[in-house]
Amino acid sequence: MFGFILRRLSLLIPTFLGVSLVAFFFIRLLPGDPVLLLAGERGMSPDRYAELMHRFGFDLPLWQQFIYYFTDLLHGDFGTSISTKKPIFTEFFTLFPATLELSFCAVIFAVALGVPAGVIAAVKRNSWFDHTAMGTALVGYSMPIFWWALLLIIVFSVMLGWTPVSGRISLMFFFPKVTGFMLIDSLLSGKAGAFQSAMSHLILPTIVLGTIPLAVIARQTRSAMLEVLGEDYIRTAKAKGLSPFRVVAVHALRNALIPVITTIGLQIGVLMAGAILTETIFSWPGVGKWMVDSIFRRDYPAVQGGLVLIALIVMAVNLIVDMLYGLVNPKIRHQR
Amino acid sequence: MPILEISNLSVDFRTVGGQFRAVDGVSMTVDPGEIVSIVGESGSGKSVSMLALMGLLPWTATITADKMMFDGKDLLTIPARERRRIIGNDLAMIFQEPMSSLNPCYTVGWQIGEVLKVHLGLNKRARRDRTVELLELVGIPSASERLDTYPHQMSGGMNQRVMIAMAIACNPKLLIADEPTTALDVTIQAQILDLLAKLQRDTGMALVLITHDMGVVAETANRVSVQYAGQKVEEQPVSQLFADPHHPYTAALLSALPERATTRRLPSIPGVVPGQYDRPAGCLFSPRCDFATERCVEKAPVTQGQAAGYALCHYPLNQGKPVGHPGPAAILDRRLSA
Repeated sequence: MFGFILRRLSLLIPTFLGVSLVAFFFIRLLPGDPVLLLAGERGMSPDRYAELMHRFGFDLPLWQQFIYYFTDLLHGDFGTSISTKKPIFTEFFTLFPATLELSFCAVIFAVALGVPAGVIAAVKRNSWFDHTAMGTALVGYSMPIFWWALLLIIVFSVMLGWTPVSGRISLMFFFPKVTGFMLIDSLLSGKAGAFQSAMSHLILPTIVLGTIPLAVIARQTRSAMLEVLGEDYIRTAKAKGLSPFRVVAVHALRNALIPVITTIGLQIGVLMAGAILTETIFSWPGVGKWMVDSIFRRDYPAVQGGLVLIALIVMAVNLIVDMLYGLVNPKIRHQR
Repeated sequence: MPILEISNLSVDFRTVGGQFRAVDGVSMTVDPGEIVSIVGESGSGKSVSMLALMGLLPWTATITADKMMFDGKDLLTIPARERRRIIGNDLAMIFQEPMSSLNPCYTVGWQIGEVLKVHLGLNKRARRDRTVELLELVGIPSASERLDTYPHQMSGGMNQRVMIAMAIACNPKLLIADEPTTALDVTIQAQILDLLAKLQRDTGMALVLITHDMGVVAETANRVSVQYAGQKVEEQPVSQLFADPHHPYTAALLSALPERATTRRLPSIPGVVPGQYDRPAGCLFSPRCDFATERCVEKAPVTQGQAAGYALCHYPLNQGKPVGHPGPAAILDRRLSA
C-alpha cells in the first residue's frame, strides 16, 4: 500500500509541472493588462505605470517571469494577489470552505439519489421507472448548468419564493467564523433560524452543481448493476435462498460500486468546473466565484495560484478515491 | 416416497426469434439417498430443468409442469418466499464455474456463514465453528486460516470445495451438482467427484449429477437419465444403461467413449443438436440417427416402457438391434440427401 501511494505521488510531478505551465501561459494569452485594470477609469501616468509593471515583475521576459513563479511555487509560495495584496494561499483557503461545503453537498446529493436510482433502474429494467430515470438523467446531463440554475431561481425563488436567490446565509445572521462551513458554524452560533437559513441557501446551488454528477452516477450505476446482475455469483446468491433485496443490496451492489467509485472520483474535476458557474450565478463566496473575478481583473498571480491549488486538490481527491477503490475491491488490495 | 418428483416439465424461453423450448416434457424422480445422473450434450436442457426447479431462471423463461414436488411441497405453486426457505437449505445446488460462482468481494468464510445465518439463524460464534467444520469436511487444509481468504486467492478446485461446503451447510436432502468438474483439471475432477460421492454416502442426501461425461456417470451414479434437445430420451440404472442402451442416441454416446472404441478413429455422432429454427417435426434425433426411417422423420415417438429404458424412440434398441425396425432398406441416407 505504501509503495502504491509513493508511486502515485511520483506520477503527480509531471501533472503538477504541466498545470503550472498551462496556468501561467493561458492567462497571459488573454488580452488585457492587470496594471491598467488596477488603475481603473482614471488611468495613470506612464511613470507610475512603468513603476507598477516593474514592481509586479511584468517588465521581465516571459521565461524569466515563469522561472520566478515556478521557483516560488516549489517553495510553497503561491504569490500575492495584485488586487487585494493578500497572499493567494490565504485568500484561497479563506474562500475554499464555502466551495468545499457546496461541493460536498452536491456529491452527497448526487450519490444519495444517483446510486439508488441506478440500482432500481437496473433491477426493474425496461420498466417505466427505468425509462423515466434514464431519460431524466440524459436531460440533466445535457442541460447547460447556468440555464438550469436560472430556471430553478425563476421557479423556486421568484415565482414560489421558497428559497433565497443568492448568498450563503441571510444578512440577519452574523456570527464568528469557526470552521468556515456555514452549516456547522450556524449550528454552533446557537442563533435560532440560522441553520435553516444556511440550509435554504444551499438547496438550489447543491441541486445545480449536483445535477451532472447525479446523471452520470445514475447511468453508470445502472450499467454496472446490469452487468453484475448477470454474473454467476448472483445466481449463487439466489441459490442460497437469499431475499431479492439481500441479493441486490449485499451481493450485487458492492461489486457494481467498484466502477461507480471511479466515476465519482472523476466527477470531482467536473464539480470544480461546475462550481465556477454555480458560484457565479448564486453569488456564492467560494473559490469558483473568486477565480472568475480574478480573471476579470486579470489578476495573474491569483489565477495562476488558484488553478494550481485547484489542480492539487483534484489530484489529491483522485488519489484518495483510488485508495478507497482498494477498500471495496479485495482483488486490487492484494495486488499491491 | 421420492424426495423429488417432476412430471412433464417444460421450459420455454422468450427470444427475439419467438418462443424456444429448452426443456420439453421431462419427467424424473429421485429417491432419498440416490445418485441420479442427467447426461446429454450442451444445449440438451439438462441444466435448465434443474435451474427451473431452483427458481433460478430469468424472467424470459416460462415454466410449465404437471408436478414439481420436492419433499412433499409443490415448488410450482408455493410462493417465492416459501421457496427461498427451501433452496439453499433442503435443496442446494453447485455450479460449473467455481471461479466466478463465488462473490469476489467477500471472504469464503463470510459466504458460507451467510447460509448458516439465513437458514439456521446461527450466531457469529456458532457460524464460525460450523464453517471451519464444513471446510474441513470438504477437505480444505488449515480450514480456520482459510476463513478470511477471498475467492481469487484460491484455485478453482479449492473454490469448488467452498461451493460444496456452502451447499451442504444446512444438510440438504437433495444436492444438485451442475457439471461440477467441467471447469477443473482432470486430477482435480476426480478429487471433487470422490468428495461428492463421499459426502453423499456419509450424509445420505440425494444427489443429482448433471454431466456430459459418461465416465463420471459410470463411476458415481445409481441411475441415469439421458437428455437430448430438451427431451428425456432414456432412463435406466447405470449398469444396465452401459450394458444395453435402448435409445440410439445413448448407444451412440457410449460408443464414442475412447475405452469402448473398436476402430482406429473414434466414432462420433454427425451433426449438432437441433436449435430453435431447425427442430425436426418427428423424432428430434432423427437427423443424426443411424436407424432413422420415414416414420421417424414424420412422427414424434412415444415413450417406451420400463423394459425398454423409457426410450423415446420408434424402434428402441435391444442388445444393439432396433426392435420393430423395417430393415436396413428403410433407413434414410441423409448424407446423400443433405
